[in-house]
Amino acid sequence: MASVTMTVNGKSVSGEVEGRTLMSDFLRSDLRLTGTHIGCDTSQCGACVIHVNGEAVKACTMFAVEANGAEVATIEGQANADGSLNVIQQAFQDHHGLQCGFCTPGMVMSAAALLKENPKPTEGEVREYLEGNICRCTGYHNIVKAIMAASGQDVSAIAAE
Amino acid sequence: MPKDGGIGASTTRREDVRFLTGKGNYTADINAYGTTTAIFVRSTVANGVIKSVDTSAAAEMPGVLAVFTGEDFVEVGGNPAGWLINSRDGEPMKEPKRPVLAHGKVRHVGDAYAAVIAETEQQARDAAEEIIADIEELPAIIDMAAALASDNYVHDEIGTNQCFDWGWIEDNRAATDEAIKNAPHVTTLELVNNRLVPNAMEPRASIGTYDAAGDSYLLQTTSQNPHLTRLLISAFVMGIPENKLTVIAPDVGGGFGSKIYHYGEEALVLAAAKKVGRPVKWVADRSESFLSDAHGRDHVTKIELACEKDGTFIAFRTETLANVGAYLSNFSTATPTFLHGTLMAGNYTVPHVYVNLKAVFTNTAPVDAYRGAGRPEATYSLERVIDMAARELGMDPIALRRKNFIKPDQFPFASAAGLEYDSGNYDALMDKMEAMVDRKAFEERRKASEAKGMLRGLGINAYVEACGIAPSNLVGVLGSRVGLYDAATVRVNATGNLSVMVGAHSHGQGHETVFPQIVGEMLGIDPASVDIVHGDTSKIPFGMGTYGSRSLAVCGSAMVRATEKIIAKAKKIAAHMLEASADDVDFTDGQFTVKGTDKSVSFGEVALKAYIPHGYPIEDIEPGLEETAFYDPANFTYPSGAYACEVEVDPETGKVTIERFTACDDFGNVMNPMIVSGQVHGGVVQGIGQALLENTTYDENGQLLSASYMDYVMPRADDLPFIAVDHEDGTPCTHNPLGAKGCGEGGAIGSPPTVVNAVIDALQSGGKNVTHIDMPLTPARVWAAMKNA
Repeated sequence: MASVTMTVNGKSVSGEVEGRTLMSDFLRSDLRLTGTHIGCDTSQCGACVIHVNGEAVKACTMFAVEANGAEVATIEGQANADGSLNVIQQAFQDHHGLQCGFCTPGMVMSAAALLKENPKPTEGEVREYLEGNICRCTGYHNIVKAIMAASGQDVSAIAAE
Repeated sequence: MPKDGGIGASTTRREDVRFLTGKGNYTADINAYGTTTAIFVRSTVANGVIKSVDTSAAAEMPGVLAVFTGEDFVEVGGNPAGWLINSRDGEPMKEPKRPVLAHGKVRHVGDAYAAVIAETEQQARDAAEEIIADIEELPAIIDMAAALASDNYVHDEIGTNQCFDWGWIEDNRAATDEAIKNAPHVTTLELVNNRLVPNAMEPRASIGTYDAAGDSYLLQTTSQNPHLTRLLISAFVMGIPENKLTVIAPDVGGGFGSKIYHYGEEALVLAAAKKVGRPVKWVADRSESFLSDAHGRDHVTKIELACEKDGTFIAFRTETLANVGAYLSNFSTATPTFLHGTLMAGNYTVPHVYVNLKAVFTNTAPVDAYRGAGRPEATYSLERVIDMAARELGMDPIALRRKNFIKPDQFPFASAAGLEYDSGNYDALMDKMEAMVDRKAFEERRKASEAKGMLRGLGINAYVEACGIAPSNLVGVLGSRVGLYDAATVRVNATGNLSVMVGAHSHGQGHETVFPQIVGEMLGIDPASVDIVHGDTSKIPFGMGTYGSRSLAVCGSAMVRATEKIIAKAKKIAAHMLEASADDVDFTDGQFTVKGTDKSVSFGEVALKAYIPHGYPIEDIEPGLEETAFYDPANFTYPSGAYACEVEVDPETGKVTIERFTACDDFGNVMNPMIVSGQVHGGVVQGIGQALLENTTYDENGQLLSASYMDYVMPRADDLPFIAVDHEDGTPCTHNPLGAKGCGEGGAIGSPPTVVNAVIDALQSGGKNVTHIDMPLTPARVWAAMKNA
């Protein structure tokens, strides 16, 4: 067992983990932050995307010990300080960018990372960036639309509702 | 225009807030104190005799609390098929037992034959490795045609690999054969409807809890229909009385059919919870989902279209082999029959239809309903062969369809495949689609593609489907072993807000938002004061759950009926309060008013009176304001659509790119256009996935070669364009109170043939004489077809 200490959503946390404990399991089981979801076992689906030191990371691809000392952000820490939805979350709601909600935390975290590095992405850039996030419900239509809207672009001309 | 937040408004979803903030409550997120972990041991061979399973070493491993094998469940019942199909000769289908854990034989890779319960997941996994099974591998039965000819059986006790040999409609067989024999033109197409894995993003999960004091059980599970799951466990598998078993389906991360069914893991965690005296939790990993979730489709079909030289349809005849896998999943026998054969007249006035379908056992995972369930298979066969016929006849594919469409004034229309379509306007849908596509502009786009060295094709499609399943009396005659009504309880609380308990389950469909829009409008109150309760058998009335695009058409109708009862009773209370006769009281916009006067009371005041019945006509009216309605539809509903797809094909590599996709649907009346569009987007993309990307492949030994997202190609954002949709001005369903038809499946039904038709059109435009390619249209397949043309 190893001791780990890190900052998660602005709060210092620590725990005892096995060397093989994945970051996704540490978040879900030890910290009870179950918004980070596990949708596959091959690091393909992206439901577990979090931010580690500001970078988007699939939490199932790193061990908890690797995050020792890191600044970690999860979906639970994304809302505004007053509890209201942040710009990306609000755009997902406004544009129906989610259905069952299972891939949603990873989508929101990926979208945040995208907009940080590319504040006004084109449709093609959004689609390419989401290559590592699988959604089975939405056909991605409203996810792409929501992310473009969150970046301040006018999406009213995009096909239908 | 819709009222604010009422019927027809694109209200944003209230459930989104919890999902967007990580506060969803999915089964895997639940961790009661003392929860233990179950891990299943699954067969690595497709077909084998279980000689022995030695669990002694596993039982001694650290943290292990219990070990189960198939032996432990020999005395309990099997997981049944929900629909009895009789063969053409009148013989009932073969129904081999589907046990909780495999016993005697393993029948597919992934068939669970043992389970370990331990303190932690890692301990359970480590112990599962120590189970030593002596399994004598037998030759795998994979190919359906070979299975029918073989004397090697998936289930030795039935002595055949044929589950049934079904004819629809058998009495029409001779006339159809005769019509085809004498027809001036017959187009024949042999095709494969590729096997898919539903792949809801949330893997299946179940938690069993046992309360010794009450001798009662709780099952929290990933289910689309908790009451059906409880009924199956109670009445067939475990014998636990319903009053001692609560089933809760909390937030569920998509289903698409795969979570309709009861699975053995649910029974195991209940039995294990009783044995170890603590909650037992199992969460599938993705590989387990690929191996053990019910798959979809997997038909091999020969279809013939007979017509006059002018394109007038005379007959459709199909012969199909349908894979049911190693065991009969709950709806596996209904899906290829009554959800498929009955749609084989499509949107057309064709006089003769005959469907022959043999269901075949193989050493593969069970196959059952997946989004669309039978109707995508019917639509694909029809709309591919019609496109092929148009080419052979030298006719425009749209004109050929229009020539044979049922016309608006012909409804209700008795189709040659045995259904009565209540309403529709297929020409209007085609008009709308053609306007959105603009074929003149397409020709320009085609030239632009050709200038880049690419081939461009336009594929079109018309579909009709039967959903909102379904009238209990009808399905009973056809072999269903359940009723297919639904139920809702509307509880008006004392201060005028409402809790509405519904049998439908929401796992992405947005019921928590849409159902209050309807009740709010009916009662003239703010939808925000209405909350939906679903997914908990201890709270909701007995309803049949969510599948077959039935939530709104069936459960929504039950909710309307219950709300109508509320209004009727409230009117009596209001009449008393207003000292008038109930007949003289009007109810509009949340106010009860005595006709011709300004005397009125609000809905909230009436609610309060019902619960504080002072000065109340207690002899005539009961206190309280709560009503339940069960709604059993009079017919299926019949959504329809006209779709168009434009593709570019790279003639050098065979790669297909979807350039444009247009979906015009008739879902009847639409409650929330935003949500309906979302359903279409998702369905269309699942259909594009089937057409271009997804394939479930077993090798000849029964090993699943596509058991992860490394191998099974899910549609990604960069495979797709935006989807243009239109579902305005539908023809209302004539037999339910909302006029709603259901929108969950149309996209997945209409899109696969549209895409394939587009690719064939592209190849033909480039002078390649390719008339058919089986899905998925991967670059390798398209390239090979071009080379061989």
